[in-house]
Amino acid sequence: MNTLNTSLQAQSLRCDVLVAGAGPAGLSAALAAASGGARVLLLDDNPWTGGQIWRGGPYAELPAAAKALQHKVAASHNIEVLHAARVVGVVGQLADHTVLVETDSGALHVHWGRLVVCTGARERLLPFAGWTLPGVTGAGGLQALIKGGLPVRGQRVVIAGSGPLLFAVAASARKAGAKVLLVAEQASLARVSGFARKLPLWPSKLVQALQLRDSSYRTSTTVRAVQGVGKVQSVTVKQGESLRTVECDRVAVGYGLLPNTGLAEALGCAMVMRDGAPAIAVDALQATSQADIYAAGECTGVGGSERALAQGSIAGYAAIGALQQACALEKERAYWSAFAAHMHASFALDPGLKNLPMPETLVCRCEDVSHQALQAHGSWTEAKIHTRCGMGACLGKVCGSAAAFLYGWQMPEARLPLAVARVATLAASAPERLTCPDAPGSGGRPSK
Amino acid sequence: MSQLPATVQLQINGRAVSVAHGVSVAAALAIAGMPTTRHSVSGEPRTPLCGMGICQECRVQINGRVRLACQTVCAPGMQVERLP
Repeated sequence: MNTLNTSLQAQSLRCDVLVAGAGPAGLSAALAAASGGARVLLLDDNPWTGGQIWRGGPYAELPAAAKALQHKVAASHNIEVLHAARVVGVVGQLADHTVLVETDSGALHVHWGRLVVCTGARERLLPFAGWTLPGVTGAGGLQALIKGGLPVRGQRVVIAGSGPLLFAVAASARKAGAKVLLVAEQASLARVSGFARKLPLWPSKLVQALQLRDSSYRTSTTVRAVQGVGKVQSVTVKQGESLRTVECDRVAVGYGLLPNTGLAEALGCAMVMRDGAPAIAVDALQATSQADIYAAGECTGVGGSERALAQGSIAGYAAIGALQQACALEKERAYWSAFAAHMHASFALDPGLKNLPMPETLVCRCEDVSHQALQAHGSWTEAKIHTRCGMGACLGKVCGSAAAFLYGWQMPEARLPLAVARVATLAASAPERLTCPDAPGSGGRPSK
Repeated sequence: MSQLPATVQLQINGRAVSVAHGVSVAAALAIAGMPTTRHSVSGEPRTPLCGMGICQECRVQINGRVRLACQTVCAPGMQVERLP
């Protein structure tokens, strides 16, 4: 494995197969694509491979399967890994097969023969009173921060939202020394029991569930508000019909995961609504609607790491024309797809969550736009023009998804750049027109 | 590979801070007791939210460039400044 991290100013890289995203899907796609000798470039915006579920860091403990896969990728002579690299745009026409990548040290044009999009998922974050207070994080967000060394020892933590991820977050927080006071699941006991009853169909999941069992787990429970001055001091939760307030230091809330589809949208790939969110449409070989572009893992619909591994391998093999190997994994993928369907049915979001925000609750955290200011509008585009919601640094990735859930608005497709990028990087996307590829002192978006 | 130091020294808002190797800047800010990463347009203090490079709440100035604290690992001599 070679790791590129040195100075690269709008340099060009060429590869047979580009894999965008190095989570379980991306790692397995890279390995499958490399099996026939293709030159594979695997890039990720994080400092480590593994994505979110296998996120590295000083306090991350990775399962043996994750370590084995990462080791294989590292040992492969024809896989090059680029860390802390983000695809921010498409250069020229789609047929040019070139994306613009920003790294710590500059911009890169990456030319690819085949592309496998493995951009994963993000958390669905829904606004509630007090969610902008320091100490409130996503649920998976808290886990990621703990893996990066965030100190939580002795802190009182409330974890809430929906899905099996909450158990894993609680386990990570406890391991790091936090006192987990409550794990609040919005789904009902009947739904969660139904989920558990079918787990023997996936024995490894049953084992995981038993390991993660938590005595502070409560169903039909949601966070209504967080109180505090300058930081979290207490949280009010609604359990069934009764409200109670719990004093705590941290509140971590996540309502499941949402596919990251921005890159595929920018490349013109067709989307499909899956489990209430837009996902990249793929066929049996993980091919998207665009020639030479494949997609695998959570960006094609949230389904867990096991399915992502199978999809990634299929996509990687399909990308090099190894159809026999690709087809051999169909059964494995179907097995985990059934688990994903069961999970989504069990943890479907209660429409009552649309009533979570108070009129003054901020929905857009970048531009500080309230629920009542947004409610006055009939569409995302109209709201954007009048309130600046979605025009801040997150480019609508947080508030847009929240607005889609709260107001039922149709979201427009992703625009370029796909993420906040430095001026020098964007200049490098059009070298024939702009001659200042390295504007000194350009530090991204003007600060507020 | 050369031996990694047990701790990394960096500057956060002008103060010397020592953290374990591999710690993220987002974690280092909390360890240093200065968790605020930025102030919102209406003046509220904010801290990291998504922890995975999406929300941009943790953007800070690192060695003169705006970067995400949650996706940046502390390095020796790094200069981290809160955004105004």
